[in-house]
Amino acid sequence: MTDKIDKVIELDHVVIRFSGDSGDGMQLTGTLFSDTSALMGSGISTFPDYPAEIRAPQGTVGGVSGFQVHFGHDINTPGDYADVLVAMNPAALKATSKWVKQGGSIIVDRDSFTTKNLIKAGYKTDDPIKEDCLDRFNVILAPISSMTQETLKDTGMDNKTILRSKNMFALGMCYYLFNRELTFTEKFFESKFKKVPAVIEANKLVLKAGYNYGYNVQELTPYKVAAEEIKSGVYRNINGNTATAWGLTAAAEKANLSLFCGSYPITPATDILHELAKLKNLGVKTFQAEDEIGGITSAIGASFAGNFAVTTTSGPGLALKSEAIGLAVITELPLVIVNVQRGGPSTGLPTKTEQSDLMQALYGRNGESPVAVVAASTPSNCFHYAFKASQIALEHMTPVVLLTDGFLANGTQPWRIPNMEDYPDIQAPIAKEGTKDYLPYQRNKDNFVREWAIPGTPGLEHRIGGLEKMDKTGTVSYVPENHQVMTDLREEKIAHIVADIPDLEVIGEDGGDLLVVGWGGTYGHILTAVHDLQKEGKSISMVHFNYIKPLPANTKDIFKKFKKIVVAELNNGQFVNYLRLSLPEFTYLQYNKVMGLPFTSIELMDNFNNILEEK
Amino acid sequence: MSTDIKLTFKDFKSDQEVRWCAGCGDHAILNSVQKAMAAMNIPKEKFAVIAGIGCSSRFPYYMNTYGFHTIHGRGAAIASGVKTANPDLSVWVINGDGDGLAIGGNHFIHLNRRNIDLNLLLFNNEIYGLTKGQYSPTTKEGTKTKTSPYGTIEHPFNPGELVLGAEGKYFARSIDVNMKLTQEILLNAQNHKGTSIVEILQNCVIFSNGVHSFYTDKETKLDRQLILHHGEKMIFGKNKDKGIVLDGLKLKVVTIGENGVSEDDILTHDAHEESPFLHWMLIHMKGPDFPIALGVIREVKASTYEQKMEDQIAEVKANSSIKNVNDLLHSGSTWTV
Repeated sequence: MTDKIDKVIELDHVVIRFSGDSGDGMQLTGTLFSDTSALMGSGISTFPDYPAEIRAPQGTVGGVSGFQVHFGHDINTPGDYADVLVAMNPAALKATSKWVKQGGSIIVDRDSFTTKNLIKAGYKTDDPIKEDCLDRFNVILAPISSMTQETLKDTGMDNKTILRSKNMFALGMCYYLFNRELTFTEKFFESKFKKVPAVIEANKLVLKAGYNYGYNVQELTPYKVAAEEIKSGVYRNINGNTATAWGLTAAAEKANLSLFCGSYPITPATDILHELAKLKNLGVKTFQAEDEIGGITSAIGASFAGNFAVTTTSGPGLALKSEAIGLAVITELPLVIVNVQRGGPSTGLPTKTEQSDLMQALYGRNGESPVAVVAASTPSNCFHYAFKASQIALEHMTPVVLLTDGFLANGTQPWRIPNMEDYPDIQAPIAKEGTKDYLPYQRNKDNFVREWAIPGTPGLEHRIGGLEKMDKTGTVSYVPENHQVMTDLREEKIAHIVADIPDLEVIGEDGGDLLVVGWGGTYGHILTAVHDLQKEGKSISMVHFNYIKPLPANTKDIFKKFKKIVVAELNNGQFVNYLRLSLPEFTYLQYNKVMGLPFTSIELMDNFNNILEEK
Repeated sequence: MSTDIKLTFKDFKSDQEVRWCAGCGDHAILNSVQKAMAAMNIPKEKFAVIAGIGCSSRFPYYMNTYGFHTIHGRGAAIASGVKTANPDLSVWVINGDGDGLAIGGNHFIHLNRRNIDLNLLLFNNEIYGLTKGQYSPTTKEGTKTKTSPYGTIEHPFNPGELVLGAEGKYFARSIDVNMKLTQEILLNAQNHKGTSIVEILQNCVIFSNGVHSFYTDKETKLDRQLILHHGEKMIFGKNKDKGIVLDGLKLKVVTIGENGVSEDDILTHDAHEESPFLHWMLIHMKGPDFPIALGVIREVKASTYEQKMEDQIAEVKANSSIKNVNDLLHSGSTWTV
């Protein structure tokens, strides 16, 4: 039978999108494909795309759930367009066929193309391929449902249960197509369903049947995908929310403090609370409050009482927390506020990604109320930046907003597990028992940081609160000059954090025609676009900001070496306007998108090319 | 905690000038709290006094303990974090009726539900004082205030009933001027493990002067106050001849010696009874037909939130192979390159 494999397509990297009804198990199918590929040495980036409703109407475009896997060599994003689309029903085809690359393949479950399903999906004819002009793709009409039924007909299972395995048939086809091993997935079945051996067997049979089907039909040309050149080490897959939760936990360990998380469930941030709630084995206290305000205020109470306190939320929740953040600003207590950004305003697009809370993070409070703002830029570096945000909060006695987004939160990638011995100890300025004449607002001369006297420490009893504080003593003061002094000190304290943050690094030449500026979760897409243009010989470089406030010290020196600067972000220009305020001597171009979607590298390349060509 | 701590109420006075109006009921409550704390045999550094916003919420500034004057309505939520983070502290929340029951109403009910071991003093003067005279959630219907110049059209709630409705385990009531009773209740509240809600009827001399005078007038107060003690008969009155009996499903005031009523017929107060129904009726009593119930009305033992948190952490720690963050990072599915 080897004569069948007479041709192979060789590719550096491949994007597969699994798409189906929200009950079809597409998230699991995609995760299993991604895990297997990672274990086989591919670089990986994934992104789930699911409706906000738990069960949107079955068979409709609104109920389509997708999972995209990008694997191979030099993987920075989950990919723009799919090489292979697996569509389990007409609605999935309708919703996602526009995301298939020119010349790509579409595998559809032929059995799902009933008149009823076609109508539900919004097709007007009984030939969706023709109707949507899909014949420019390599469309494979596979009898996925009926082959699954055929495979399991002798198991005695009912039809509904049998059809639940059809996603494994599709997965099996993909394993054939990309020459993946079945063993990792088989092992997953064995541990997941260990109490129901019949289900293990059924899933294995269907997976194998899908694999064999791929082998037996002539329509599929297998791919050979390049492996990643991977640094040696121990790896795991991780998503942004888990990485954030673990980074906060790591900071607590390095600060030798208990971690307290006061929070309230909100999409897409809730998984951070889920992860932290599991970590009672490391002494983590999670307080699921009655509302967003209770979440942050319980955390502020915990911070006052000497824990390392955090609160987690998304945009609408950050709005509710504004007043309390101001309290943490004036009382100068350490606190990390994680904001997993989503589409807004209001409830907006809860499951979609956006970067439109930057101004809210920087300025969304009453009064002059400065906080530090840090942003993670890949799913796995959420760990590092959660750690750094925590370190800044604890060492500089300030609230810090850590910005991630829905794209980072749910995206996964392999992560080379760091060794905690390589992370520094965090030194919170805790006032020691026996401190003579402790004054709550006496400051360290170098960085303007006050000392943290923890209740229970004899002799350091003191009062703090939301009324303006007298310099040094911290008593209530309405003295006009003192308010000016304290306002300036609070701003200066944040500015001094710059000494503890690394310089920006330029990706590419140190000077040239165009500098692309990004921040946060757009890193992978911008990097891919810039790399590709650099390969074409264009004079283009990139900087990506993880530290927003304060800005890295060398920002200005970098900017001045480029003829043009373009700031690309998923909002209407919040970072670019912040840069215009902070470094007004430069002229900034901007590229913005507010669709609830990540950038595509292709659109970025087009835009950067246009800028490069304009004289 | 040490067994022999010699503190006096002066040790609890801060160096800050007390800025409440002359004649404000808060002065008496401050004195009661300072005296009670001195008698609690707890080191001063273990006290944390937390307040929201309002006249009464300036309280922490006047206490020489750890103190936190927070934001409007959030005292209970912040204190919940303080106690959960640092269970060794004796945590006291100072709330007014507006702060605690209007803007902070949500935190108030959930605090009771969770039963976190802290003490919340609810200064009830049925008015917003700091913002200068608007009606509050406890203002009697029809009262004319700055925001109800023709009388309020809102029905108030009774804080104690809110506590019971939220599955609260402890409710006591006192009056600002009765410092002896207040101190007795505060000591009892400190010893109670769980959320202790102490309503203190407080007089605002400026905006609701005399709001509680029906119960507090010197001439008539003995006939209008029923001071409850666990295990004692519900007897009151100038001549100690009035008592409370259960008449069907309602309470009734009777006179001992009249209509064949003897002392034996009078109800005995059981603050420890888990069923809230008799407590509810006692909390609900009001003039002119009934005296107001004061003292510890409900005191029911139950496990506390922070203790269960500590226990769960200890149990999960003991049974987990993950001892530190390095273990965590390597847990689950990993692979080596």
